[in-house]
Amino acid sequence: MRIKPGIIDKIARIGFNAQAFFTVGILVVIITIIFIKGFTHINLEFIFSSPEDMGRHGGIFPSIMGTVLLALLSIVFATPLGLGTAIFLTEYTKESAFTRIIRFGVESLAGIPSIIYGLFGFIFFVIKLKMGWCLLSGVLTMTIMILPTIIRTSEEAIKAVPRNLRIVSYSLGATRWETVTKVVLTSAMPGILTGIMLSIGRVVGETAAVIFTMGSSLRLPTSLMDSGRTMAVHFYILAREGISMDKAYATALILVLSITVINILAYYIMNKVVSRYS
Amino acid sequence: MDVKIRVENLKASFGRQEVLKGITVDVYKNMVTGFMGPSGSGKSTIISIFNRMIDFEDGAKIEGRVLFDGADIIKGVNGVELRKRVGTVFAIPIPLPRSIYENIAYGPRLNNINDKDELDEIVRESLKKAFLWDEVKDRLGISALKLSGGQQQRLCLARTLALRPDIILLDEPCSGLDPISTAKIEEALSELKKDYTIILVSNNTKQIARISDYSAFFYMGEMIEYGPTEALFTNPKIKKTEDYISGKFG
Repeated sequence: MRIKPGIIDKIARIGFNAQAFFTVGILVVIITIIFIKGFTHINLEFIFSSPEDMGRHGGIFPSIMGTVLLALLSIVFATPLGLGTAIFLTEYTKESAFTRIIRFGVESLAGIPSIIYGLFGFIFFVIKLKMGWCLLSGVLTMTIMILPTIIRTSEEAIKAVPRNLRIVSYSLGATRWETVTKVVLTSAMPGILTGIMLSIGRVVGETAAVIFTMGSSLRLPTSLMDSGRTMAVHFYILAREGISMDKAYATALILVLSITVINILAYYIMNKVVSRYS
Repeated sequence: MDVKIRVENLKASFGRQEVLKGITVDVYKNMVTGFMGPSGSGKSTIISIFNRMIDFEDGAKIEGRVLFDGADIIKGVNGVELRKRVGTVFAIPIPLPRSIYENIAYGPRLNNINDKDELDEIVRESLKKAFLWDEVKDRLGISALKLSGGQQQRLCLARTLALRPDIILLDEPCSGLDPISTAKIEEALSELKKDYTIILVSNNTKQIARISDYSAFFYMGEMIEYGPTEALFTNPKIKKTEDYISGKFG
């Protein structure tokens, strides 16, 4: 018996719809649970005060700052490095054994579990370089960890810029540098920013590698050499040690909310840029 | 008549494939010179040597001399500096993804012209010369990608004019355009030759006949015939030229 193409189409549509709903559904359930369990414990004091009694009471201000500092500094370190590598690979060299080796290295780095980066950071930065558990050890470790993501997404974004735009730029008397900065990067901006956002997500959500390198001090880090605790680490310790599930969920909620805010902000900025260059 | 571009025994090859087999030709100042010939004749390769865009192709080898106002552009010339003097319009319109205004201002900005009034003047003047000003003067801020194909190609011409070049190369600029848009481009070119030396590459013999003062016929990497357009079209000296012009092959 032959099935009518129309019927297959219908089944496919229902199927794909169901899959999309399922995905969004899971997200909604997770956020709802965090919201219900955490919302009642959030107030200004929770956001702006320091934890007391290992986090059983008080707020999470040092963890918020620790998270922001770690993510911000990691991005500040990794973006120029990663973007530079991507530009080098796409615009300044021809495809060769050398670029293939670099690319293979980047691919391999991307596949390494974060705990390995944590161990490396611990052995190299914390022990060997005698930096100890501190913000800087964490930042450097996170920088290495997110580098492959930034390189790969930037490279894809740069490659997707039509060759014709480069040709036109050169034909108007632009140098390679002018072409890359004025035409290629402006067109590749949305893709590059997506990579940065993914990277922020990875840093903010990381626990093991952060504990190994930045430590888990509850004090507010005031210098690069201070230890500190990110929200994800705080949440993990509160939950695992059974210190306070209420505070744990409240922390998780702040974490989710701040990622959402960063996302909205980033896409707002991106839209501004994109509308200028389209 | 002043010679603007002197080409002497120009040869070009990609690997073992010879695409130009010793071309010698003088291009005159303030004229439209048409380069015609079937695909693979080498006419586009000459253009890419004139603007040194051939440097971006892999494995290109060039021999011979090309003199712009007596100065050799094959040896010891920086391609970037050369392209500030030699404007190019490509076969398909390629607007940069930004506003009409910013498209035109791109070249001048590269030359460190950042003064608002000066840029405004360049944009206006260039668009007028390309016969596009009246159609876009009220919406210079909109994306160039929103223009029609014919308008985009005139924008590309205007963008080239904004460089204030002395030579303009057009590589089959009307191949993707409708007759009305083509007519507008041709009208613009006829005006522009007063101030510029123009080389028009085209497959379209009728277009060459309409607007070029001198014409060259290329075939398989060689220049078969060259002369004043009228003489070449009414009384071609070589059989191959006659066959091409009359449409026996192409």
